[in-house]
This record gives sequence, structure tokens and C-alpha cells, in this order.
Amino acid sequence: MKGPTAGSPHSAFRALSRALPLTPATILLLLFLAGPIAYCAYIAFTDLQLTGQAEDSFIGFENFRTAFGDEAFLNAVWLTLVFTVVSALLGQNTLGLALAALMQRASKPVRTLVGGIVVTAWVLPEVVAGFLLYAFFRREGTLNAVLDWLHLPTQNWLYTLPILAVSFANVWRGTAFSMLVYSAALNEIPKEITEAAEVDGAGGWRRMWHITLPMIRRSIGTNLMLITLQTLSVFGLIWVMTRGGPGGKSQTLPLFMYEEAFQKSMIGYGTAVALLLLVVGSLFSVVYLRLLRTEV
Amino acid sequence: MTSPTSRRTTHRLAADAGLLVVAAAFVLPLAWVLLSSVDPHANLTVKVPDGVTLDNFDAVLTPDITFTPLLNSLLLCGGGTALTVVCAALAAYPLSRFRSRLNRPFLLTILFATSLPITAIMVPVYALFVQVNLIDTMQGTIFFFAASQLPFAIWLMKNFMDGVPRELEEAAWTDGASSLQSLVRIVLPLMGPGVAVVTVFSFVMMWGNFFVPFMLLLTPEQMPAAVSINEFFGNRGTVVHGQLAAFSVIYSTPVILLYVGVARRLGGGFALGGAVKG
Repeated sequence: MKGPTAGSPHSAFRALSRALPLTPATILLLLFLAGPIAYCAYIAFTDLQLTGQAEDSFIGFENFRTAFGDEAFLNAVWLTLVFTVVSALLGQNTLGLALAALMQRASKPVRTLVGGIVVTAWVLPEVVAGFLLYAFFRREGTLNAVLDWLHLPTQNWLYTLPILAVSFANVWRGTAFSMLVYSAALNEIPKEITEAAEVDGAGGWRRMWHITLPMIRRSIGTNLMLITLQTLSVFGLIWVMTRGGPGGKSQTLPLFMYEEAFQKSMIGYGTAVALLLLVVGSLFSVVYLRLLRTEV
Repeated sequence: MTSPTSRRTTHRLAADAGLLVVAAAFVLPLAWVLLSSVDPHANLTVKVPDGVTLDNFDAVLTPDITFTPLLNSLLLCGGGTALTVVCAALAAYPLSRFRSRLNRPFLLTILFATSLPITAIMVPVYALFVQVNLIDTMQGTIFFFAASQLPFAIWLMKNFMDGVPRELEEAAWTDGASSLQSLVRIVLPLMGPGVAVVTVFSFVMMWGNFFVPFMLLLTPEQMPAAVSINEFFGNRGTVVHGQLAAFSVIYSTPVILLYVGVARRLGGGFALGGAVKG
């Protein structure tokens, strides 16, 4: 390394000028991301309301106590759990892996076609995806038409099983992400290994279970973390399809938070719920960082 | 005993069949929007159109329904993306090029921030924006868009920049070029595809985002397409499905084209998946 030795004023100046390009990004992140997070942590402990209140006051853990005694909140926690497990962990993750695995063997035109369709669902704006699936699940929609054609019983999905309908909608919209992650991971497995197993007579399922899955376990971990976090923050899709209804039957935490903060004007309470969501998200985030630890 | 070749062919056919079944399920909603947009009597079910018409497009191609919201979207997402890409490129340079004790903590914080649920902070952002008079302003929304997209953009940009060999810049440094000059004249042109990925990814994420403008903008005239579509079609009694489909097609086309463009240039477009993997 040429240049002045470390510790001289010159080198301090150089270090500073080198860090200079970081400034715009840092300022934006501090003002618009770190700022709101800090503010969130503050107003979660106040009784701030949207209107008709001279001053908000510090009320400690009151909002959280209210939340855990609030049936609607507990219902939202439960639905968020169902939504995350069904749509992310079971749906997107398994289907994404299955698609990626099948694509390894399929012929090129089929691979391109299917990849294109699945990725299109992912690239579509959230609201458009919401409308498409709203139409799909409506009483007079496509799903019932298909079921009717197969002589299977139909029902009004958005009323009878709204949480399942929005979960499937999220699978439709989000599977591409898992598929892309797993395709990249499977492409990195050396061909010799799978071929050797094939020669040894290991069947498809055994190869998958004993060789492929252990080799991509890091990708599985990363993918599970990321899709869980994405699913926890889904708002627009559910909003367009059901508005959280009927009767709160598809109201996950983001929708509950929105309703409390804006439709009921309880900003403090809504923010307390947001803070809980943020804390859960942060915990997942930390686990995700640990998974990636060696790579940074 | 079957030969390995014929067994492989059987496997391929089975895989093809499996994929096509899944694709059929995925394609139904997409087919609905495409067919309904040209169907004079569209309803909520996928069906062969009763003739082909452009009336639906004609009906929605008005300043109120399409042009103003799309222009707003373009301003918001274009502004947000420009800000994101410039800040990310500047920030990625020292992170990629110079060793510093601060790099690791900075990158870890960035990575931590990429996975935070942005939805959760929208209520406090709203409350904060009301206090500092940024609520219902385009610039406020642009700043927030940029900040929310920056962590991932910096991370991607730094990874792409790491792929550009240093030797080329070292020659420029000895000729007395500043960091900024070597970044703009040497590094960025060499990582064109990387910059394109960051740009397109940021733009697509903002274009499709509903919650941020839904919370931060109030005046209907400022609403981007993501929100206006919902207000226009969701809050009126009778929904004309054909028109809704036509508008959805118009609104979705730019991001699909952008994605296809980037995917082509990167051969398969699976780079995003790879980049996310770390």
C-alpha cells in the first residue's frame, strides 16, 4: 500500500474523503428509515390519535396490554400465522422447489414457457395481481367454473374461506421468487454428484432427499427467511381481494394495524401492533444474517 | 430393463407434463385479464371473447383514468429510481474498493434493513410526514421510496461492482483521476448490466407498490396508477370488467417489458434469484 502511513492527519483526511460517497445514502436511510423506526418505538407507547386530541401522553405498555386482551388482535395474529405457514412455508417454498427441480429435467421450450408464466405473475403490480385473483375466486369466477366443469362442488371462496383464498393468491404471486432462488442453487450442484448417485441406483426421491436437499440447505434457509418476511408485509393483495373481511376473517396484522390506526384513528395502538410486527421481522432478519454470516 | 437414454426421455416427459399442469393453473388468471380486455361482454370467468374489440381500451384511455395516474407513477417511480441508483452507486464504490473497519458493520446494517417489513413502519412514517409537512407531496413519497429501496440496491450494486477488476482503475488513479471520475468513467460503464438490474428492479418494485403511495398521498390528482385503479374501480357500484382488465394490461405492460429486457441481457434473467441468494 503506497501513500502516507496510517495515523497521520493526511490519512485521516483520506479516510474521510473516501467515505464521502456514502453520505447521500446514509442521510436518506437515517431520515426516512431509521427515523420512522425510532419514531415507531416512541409512539407505540403513547395514546396518539388521528384527530381531536390536544396532546398525546406516554402510557407505557398500555397499548400492548390492550392488544393482548383484544380478540381482534389475537385473531389477526392467528390469521397471520396461517397465512405465513400456508402461503410461504408450505406453498411458495414447496412449489418453488418442485418447479425448480422439474425444470432441471424438462425440455427447454417447456422450461422457458413455464418460467415465463410464473415470473409474469411475480412481476405484475400487486394491485393487478389482487384483481386477477379476486376475479378467479369470486362466486362467478374462473375457479368455480373449472370446478363445475369437473363436477366438483363450488362455493363462494371469498366468503367461506377468505384466508385460504388470499393464501393461494400469495402462492400464485410469490412462488417465482422461490423458484428463482432454487433454480440458481440447483444449477450449482455439480452434475457428477447426481450422476454418481444415479449410477448407484438411487431413485429420484432418494436422490432428492439424501443428496440434493442437504446440498442446498443454505439456500433453503435463506429462502424461508426471505419469503416469510415478504409474506409478513403483504398488504395490497389482501386489501384488494377482501379488505380483510368478511368480518375480519382474512385480516392479517398489517390490515389490522391499518384499520386501528386510520379507520379507528388509534395511531398509538396501530403503531404498537406495527412495532410487534417489526420486532418479529427483526428477529427473522437476524437469523437470516447469521445464515449469511460467512459471506459478508 | 430400459436403457438409460429411454429412461431419461421418460423422465423428461414426466417433468414436462408436471410443469405444464402447474403452468395451466398459473395461466388462468393471466388469461382472464388478456381475454377480458378485448371482450365486449367480459365477466369474471375465463372464456373465449364474444368477438374482439378495442372499446375497453378506448374507454379507459382518458386523462382521468389512464394518462394522469400513469404520469404520476412515472414521476414517482422515475424520481425514486434515479435517486436510488445514484445514491447506491456512490455508496457501493467505497464499500467495494476500499478496506475500512466500517464496511462490515455498514453492510450488515444494510442487509438487516433489506429484510425489514416496510409495511410495518408505514403508520409511523405517515405520522412523521404529517409533522414535517411531507404528507401528500410527491417529493416526500419519492424520498421514502428511495430510502426503502436503497438497502437492497446498495447490496446488489456492491456485489456487481466487486466483479469489476481493480487493475483498470489503478491505471486511472496513477493518472490522477479522482474516485468520482473513475467511478463514472470506468467502473459504471463496465458494469452496465449490473446497473440495469438495479435500475429495473427498483423501478419495478416501486411501480407495483400500493401501500406507500396509498398512505403518503391524499390528493386524487397526485395518485399513481397503483392507487387510482383501486379507487376508480373499487369504490363505484358497477364494475366494468372489460375496462378493468384493459387498464390492468396497460398498467402492467411497462414493468413486464422492462423485466423481459433485463432478463434477455442477462441470459435467462435468473440473476435476481442468484443475487438475492447472497
